This record gives sequence, structure tokens and C-alpha cells, in this order.
Amino acid sequence: MALPGKPLGEQNKLMTTILLIEQVLNGLQFGVMLFLTAAGLTLVFGVMGLINLAHGSLFMVGAFAAAAVAGATGSFILALAASLAAAAAAGALVEMLVIRRLYSRDHLDQVLATFALILIFSEGTRWLFGSFPLYLNIPTWLSGPVTLPGGIQYPLYRLTIIAIGLVIAGGLFLLISRTRLGIRIRAGESDREMIAALGVDISKLYTIVFALGAALAGLAGALVGAIQSVQVGMGEPVLILAFVVIVIGGIGLVKGALIGSILVGLTDTLGRILLPEVFKLFLDPSTATSIGASLATMSIYILMAAVLVVKPTGLFGAKA
Amino acid sequence: MTRETWINAALALGLLAVPLWAWVADEPFTITLATKVAILALAGVGLNIALGLGGLVSLGHAAFFGLGGYAMGILAAHAQNYTPLMEWPLVVEGTKSMPVIWLVAVIVSALTALLIGALSLRTSGVYFIMITLAFGQMLYYFAISWPAYGGEDGLSIYVRNGFPGLNTLDPIQFFAICYVLLILALAFSARLARSPFGLALNAARQSPQRVETVGISPYRLRLLAFVISGAITGLAGALFADLNRFVSPSMFSWQTSGEIMVFIILGGTARLFGPVAGAALFIFLEQALGGLSEYWHVHLGLLLLAVVLFARGGIIGTLAGQGARND
Repeated sequence: MALPGKPLGEQNKLMTTILLIEQVLNGLQFGVMLFLTAAGLTLVFGVMGLINLAHGSLFMVGAFAAAAVAGATGSFILALAASLAAAAAAGALVEMLVIRRLYSRDHLDQVLATFALILIFSEGTRWLFGSFPLYLNIPTWLSGPVTLPGGIQYPLYRLTIIAIGLVIAGGLFLLISRTRLGIRIRAGESDREMIAALGVDISKLYTIVFALGAALAGLAGALVGAIQSVQVGMGEPVLILAFVVIVIGGIGLVKGALIGSILVGLTDTLGRILLPEVFKLFLDPSTATSIGASLATMSIYILMAAVLVVKPTGLFGAKA
Repeated sequence: MTRETWINAALALGLLAVPLWAWVADEPFTITLATKVAILALAGVGLNIALGLGGLVSLGHAAFFGLGGYAMGILAAHAQNYTPLMEWPLVVEGTKSMPVIWLVAVIVSALTALLIGALSLRTSGVYFIMITLAFGQMLYYFAISWPAYGGEDGLSIYVRNGFPGLNTLDPIQFFAICYVLLILALAFSARLARSPFGLALNAARQSPQRVETVGISPYRLRLLAFVISGAITGLAGALFADLNRFVSPSMFSWQTSGEIMVFIILGGTARLFGPVAGAALFIFLEQALGGLSEYWHVHLGLLLLAVVLFARGGIIGTLAGQGARND
């Protein structure tokens, strides 16, 4: 993008700034998507004390449901609704059939049972939809770039994801701090016997919380599915990143999940473009690119290790 | 002898008898399967020291399995290309000798386990699970993005590495090596459990406060257990890479961590021979169900779910009863 009438050095500087802002937005979009996945995971852990490896499968279920409905009807809105509904239904079903039996078990049993669920979900999906990736198209009214203040061109769809994510984050905070369900969720976190004694149907509450978390993961899957391809195994990398987010932010805390997600999103995205540049300052370009790229893939884990050294219970966590 | 001892003896002899029969019947594929069982069981024996004895649910043991594999891959690749591993400050050549490769695999895995353990053991419970998983994944992505040793495609070795006095290309002789290492690791593991260290570790799992009260640091016990555990799993990784004559980043993947853990649980947590029984069942199912249906992981998932929900002692626990388990 050559701007007429400006000296070359200044143009380069402008280009770098624009690139940087674009990458910050990409990092935000990635972080917001991670938040949608991590929020359910952290709520389920906070309220039920359960570590759920199969959360990534619910992400995948949402993406497949959206791709199937979009393929059949052509409507993106219907596809998003389907992802919410399918993931929530799958979540509620799994909670009632399997997860419910795991609350009183130790973490090892929870890890294994939910690992088994991943195998069942992944192979089941492969059996239903085949091994080939599906594609979910961005609808025309959301495709194309928009011009942001300052003349930056940015894809409208990615901006929409950021907006949806922030709206849902806000909604979740309101739900937890202002509504009766939120009061029960917070009470369940601090003392589950007490709220059962007060006449709250605790097993119904657990199913609702689990389905809510599943629905958010499913929505994230559908939103991301339109950027990447929809395929079996797409959920697990996101699941592991969501774990990193939760470790950084503190388990059971929606606020921690939000801050952690955005930190991880920005670190990953900016690391990928900045680290090779940093190494170019004292190494030859090809070595710098390869070392920088390798280190960039590790940057979020190094961030996690750093947080652990300083605060083992996460940035906002109090209890271990 | 308790019933569990009988079952253990039967498993040890069975794992020896099957390949011997296959050797006589000239079925090298069965010998390879038995070798795979022995190697995967060895990886499980390693994890079982952290998981069964120490109560440390590590979902990142693929890190050590993969490091062992890459130790073998990198050393052997340099040896077969006649390029030194490094030239400065001193010249280090690659090698095709198994004992040297094992030593390197064990040292590299142990040092990495020391680093990962020192950080991860600052936390406990569910944090520990997530962090070990994340560190494993970090090495996975590093292996994929590091182009020097094959990146995503992995590394192939043309000829299996050598062991003095044996022909490792002969399946039964390679099986013998793996079997002896497995038995040694089992004997070591059994002694470890009865040693003062093992007893203190067991106590730290059940009641860390009491252990601390008598002046022992649970952190150091656990860290040592994690290092030993990682080193044994690293050795198994080197053997596994030698079996396939191939290493790839998939050895680092979190599914590998999950599967090593599955061997232990199918066999029976904290049982000495649990990983042997579990790995044998896993390979048997893979062969039996994998032939019937492309989607055999569904059946594996259902079986695993049933074991976790209803048969908590695994195979050995179901056969030997709950008596021997000292919780």
C-alpha cells in the first residue's frame, strides 16, 4: 500500500503500525474465542469441581452442527442457533448419563472418563460425517473488510466475533452477579451442601451449568469453523489452550478466564510476528525466522510458566 | 503368595510365551506386537511411579516418551549421515549404539522432568493435570515447528540401532532386549515402592501434612518421583522409536499421554503389573477391533468408560480383589 506524497521511511513506519494494529485485533479475536471455550470449563470446575477433557468435543459438536445446518438451509443465523442448541443438548445428555457419576470421584477418574468421552465423540463424529473437513462459509453480509478509524482495513467477520465475544462476556458477568441462577451458581461454588439444604435442586443446577458451558463452547466452535475448516479433532488444541488460560487466570473465575484468554491470544499472535523480528536484530534472517517461529509456538507456555512461578494459583486465584 | 502375585507371574510368563510361540511358528508380526506391548508397558511402568505411587496425575508424559524417541532419532540420524551432532566446543558424533542412546534418552528425559516437575509441582490437583498437559503440548508444537529434524514429517532411520553381541534386526532378539528392560524396570519399581523413599512418597500421597510434620518435604519426594518416572518413560520412547525406526511429533501428542495413562487404568492403578496387563489388552483390542471396524476407538472409549465407572480396580483389581491396594 504505497501512500503518495510521503517519504519512504515514514510509509514503512505507517505500514508497521497498521500491521501491528491488525495483529492486536487478531489476537483479541483469538482471545475472545478462547474465552467462550474457557468460560464453560472454568465454571464447571468452579461449581462442580470437575475437570472436563471432553469440553473440546462440545466445541467440535457446535461446529459440525453449524456446518450441517448451514449446508441444509444456507442461513448463518440458523447455523449459530443450531450450534448453541446441539452443544447444549449434547452437554446436558453427557452430564446426565456420565458426568453426574464423576462429581464425587477423584480427578484421575474424571480425566479418564472424559478422555473416553473424547474418543467416543471424535470417532462418532467421524462415523457420521466422514473424515473429510466440512466448510462453513462466512455469510455475504458479514464478509469483506471494513475501514476502521485511521484507514485500517479489517475483516468484518473477525470484528463481529470480537463484538459477540465481548457481549457474551458482559452477559455472563450480569448472569452471575445479578440473576437468581447466578446467585445459585456462586453459592454452589462456595458450599454445595448448604444450597442443597436450602432447597435448591442441585443436580438440576449442575445440568444447567454444564449445558450453559457446552453451549458457549459450541458457539465458539461454529464461529471459528467459518474461519478454519470444520473437522474431527479441532476441539482438542482449543481445549489445551483453554487449560492454559484457566491456569493463568485462576480456576473457577470468569474474570480470570477473560483476562487470561486475552493475554494468551495477544501473546500467541504478537509472538508469531514479533519474535522473528527480534531475532533478526542479531542473527541472519533465515535462522532468525526459524528460531523465532519455533519459540513463538512456545511463547504462551512460557507465559504460563512465568505466571506459575510468581503466583501458583493464577493471576486472580486465591484457593489452590 | 497372594492372588495378585500369581496374576503377575502369569502376565510375565504370558508376555514371554506368546513371542516364543510366534518365533517357533514363524510369525514375526506377532513378535513385533509383543515387543510393542513390552515397550508401552515400560512407558506405563514409568508413569505408574508418579501416578500410582506418588498420586501425581501427569497428563504430559508424552513429553518424555517423545524426548526419548527424538534422542534416538537425532543421534542415529547424525550417525547414518556421518555428520557430527555438534562441533564446538567439542566434537560430538552421532551413534548407532543402543546403550549410549538409552543413556542419553534417560538423562535428557530426567533433566526435562526436573524442570517441568519443579514448575508443575508448585501446584497440585487439577492445576497439575492441566499444566503437565500444557508442557507436553509445548514440546509437541516445538517439535512440529523445528525444521532441523524433520519438523512435522519426523525422522526415519534406515537400520535399527545395534546392541553389542546381539542382532537387533532379528525380531525375537529385539523383543528380548525390550522384555529384559521391562522386567528390570518392574523389579526396580517394586523395590522402590518398599524402600524408605517409596514409603514416604506413598505417605505424602495419602497425607502430605503428616509427612511434613515429621520433617520430610513432600515437594522433594514428588519431584524425585516425577524425575524417575519421566526417565523410565523416556527410555521406553527410545525403544519405541527403534521399534518403528521412525520418530515424529505424534510421540509428543497429548493422545500419547492419554494412552499411557489408559494402560495403567485398564490394568489397575498402583498395581505393579497394571501397565503390562493394560498395554497387552490395548494392543489386543487394537488388533481385534481395528480389523473389524475402522472406528474401534468408539469401543475403546466405551470400555474405558465402563472400567472407570464400574470396575475401578481395572483388570488386576477385578481379578485379584481390592485387598492388595493400600489406600
